[in-house]
Amino acid sequence: MKRFAPFADDVLPWLTCAGMLAALAMIFLYAPSEQQQGASQRIFYFHLPIALSTYLAFFTVAGASASYLLQGDRFSDLLAQAAAEVGMVFCTLVIITGSLWARPIWGVWWTWDPRLTMVVILWTIYAAYLLLRMFAGDTEQTARYAAVLGIVGVLDIPILHVATRLWRGIHPKVEKMAPEMMWTLLVCLGAFLFFFCWLLWLRLRSLSQQDEVAALRREMLASL
Amino acid sequence: MWALLWKDVLLELRTKERLSSLFVLALLIILVFVFALGPEQARRPEIGAGVLWVTLLFAGMLSLQRGFLIEQERGCLFGLLLTPIDAGTLFIAKFLGNVLFLTIVEAIVTPITLLLLGSSWSPLLLLLAAVELLGIIGFSALGTLFAAIAVRTRAREVLLPVMLLPLLVPLLMASVKVTSALLAGEAWPEAWLRVLLAFDVIFVVTGWLIFGQVMQE
Repeated sequence: MKRFAPFADDVLPWLTCAGMLAALAMIFLYAPSEQQQGASQRIFYFHLPIALSTYLAFFTVAGASASYLLQGDRFSDLLAQAAAEVGMVFCTLVIITGSLWARPIWGVWWTWDPRLTMVVILWTIYAAYLLLRMFAGDTEQTARYAAVLGIVGVLDIPILHVATRLWRGIHPKVEKMAPEMMWTLLVCLGAFLFFFCWLLWLRLRSLSQQDEVAALRREMLASL
Repeated sequence: MWALLWKDVLLELRTKERLSSLFVLALLIILVFVFALGPEQARRPEIGAGVLWVTLLFAGMLSLQRGFLIEQERGCLFGLLLTPIDAGTLFIAKFLGNVLFLTIVEAIVTPITLLLLGSSWSPLLLLLAAVELLGIIGFSALGTLFAAIAVRTRAREVLLPVMLLPLLVPLLMASVKVTSALLAGEAWPEAWLRVLLAFDVIFVVTGWLIFGQVMQE
């Protein structure tokens, strides 16, 4: 963890800020309006990167969980927890930005499209993950239980994907994009990737500091 | 493994707690649905299929809790851990026990449900038994795994459904679709059947492999 610290503390915030400013400027000044949807399409430049970050977060949870079960190291456990928390925030944002877009375009806030269904189920799976961590206390056992749920949760994703798709479908597919739109999207993707890494890092650092404080307190109590 | 399974069966034979309470509960859930929806609504095959599976899900969840709670309370689980059985075997035994109980409950509850919902009798209903077994297998695989986790946390009554229900969504969708197609006498929905099979295979194997991590003290 120490190895990433200088980079994460000094470089990531600036990269995120610069990326976000560039993303905003490109979304509103550079990208052309979409022919049919008009201005509301611009929310897509945030929506898609956030959605991809959500998936990235949940795959990080699974990867860190697997690594925890194999090695039993504290870092993997903290990484899984941090990724699940950040993933929840992003997942909530996906639903909110999606709803804001769906209202003017589809005429409803919510509909049972496969991807919407999928996102809301993912939300509940990882809400359960965080609840498990909350209710089971902070022990080694909890870390193992959470890791099991993290792995099973990701194994559920491909089956869910097939099932929700068979269920029904109206989500728009991106067919053709103007090159300006493409560039804007890429910048937004980059900005959100930095943002995601930065948040993950902040959460990870505060979790590991909590760990240190707890260790110090034990030491203190032992020496009294 | 068979000895472990036999232990659970014997416990049930002696007390008859789990099956009798499950049976009454399942029946009550179905009645509640019929009262809430009205008998005409409940007669439609897609609704009937939904009612049947939601009932199984909730009754099943209660059964899972009981199964581990008894052992947890009397320290039996700890005893089992001391024996040189590997966790995979323990998982399979517990899993088969759950499949067995739920199959028995389902075998009694399904005909009654169909009767109450006024479905007409047809040989297709024999296929329904096979579909239900597939659903029960997937449910018990994940259920056994997470009941073992939930039973050792605070707030276990809430935590088990909260963990289990979202993971079971694909299983529920597939089972309801196949069941309602059967009830309506429509074509066999092969794609959904494949989802169901894939779910069963993936999670029985996962449970068998990962159960050791859950049981470690």
